[in-house]
Amino acid sequence: MEVPVLKQGPFLIATVQAALTDDDLIQLRAAMIERVVTSRSQGVIIDVTAMDVMDSFASRTLREIAQMIRLRGADTVIVGIQPEVAFAMVQLGISLEGVITALDLEEGLAYLQHKQKGVT
Amino acid sequence: MPKSIRVQIHSDKDIVSARQEGRALALTLGFSHTDSTLIATAISELARNIVTYARRGEIRIRGIANSSRSGIQVIASDSGPGIANVRLALQDGYSTSGSLGLGLPGVKRLVDEFELDSTVGEGTTVKIKKWKS
Repeated sequence: MEVPVLKQGPFLIATVQAALTDDDLIQLRAAMIERVVTSRSQGVIIDVTAMDVMDSFASRTLREIAQMIRLRGADTVIVGIQPEVAFAMVQLGISLEGVITALDLEEGLAYLQHKQKGVT
Repeated sequence: MPKSIRVQIHSDKDIVSARQEGRALALTLGFSHTDSTLIATAISELARNIVTYARRGEIRIRGIANSSRSGIQVIASDSGPGIANVRLALQDGYSTSGSLGLGLPGVKRLVDEFELDSTVGEGTTVKIKKWKS
């Protein structure tokens, strides 16, 4: 299942539509890096509201995406982690350390816009 | 009547099928959404271990009950290389595949009962149980 990526001004918004396989996650990683480069994006939001489970592989891949995008000088915000998914992640012992998270798309956009204003 | 599911695990797509079927069964058995997500996450990790280390295996999930409570049991089995040092495999941060190495200790924290049976050269079976609270 391909994750649609929308360009909104200087930002990219990727919305996960359903459960992702490992291959889907790897494709998402490649697609996000490519889009950040071609669009010269300053910020990326990945909406994971529809993700049923955030296991060790999914969290590691999201962390890698954020780190790679960071090296391009842009920020990544993960939004929409469901409460029960967050609970399972903590129990499992995985974290998204170093990755910015926000409640939902609106909060994520507000964060990126605020950050952009702060820089200019 | 006990409900049961058997999912063959060959690829990363099967990981998603196994955890989705497991979640659906957990919900049918009356587990909360939170507990069903914990169960689905545990299944995802166990199924991934099969794909990563043994390439193929199967996951069996069924409702269980004794005189005082009911719950769910998941058995992940494969005929892969087996785990040479079970004690080490259950330590946080240990991995032979270069992955995070949180798999088994993490799964153990998600459930109420955890049994690991592994023989080098023969395979690995992990049995987990979660009881309804």
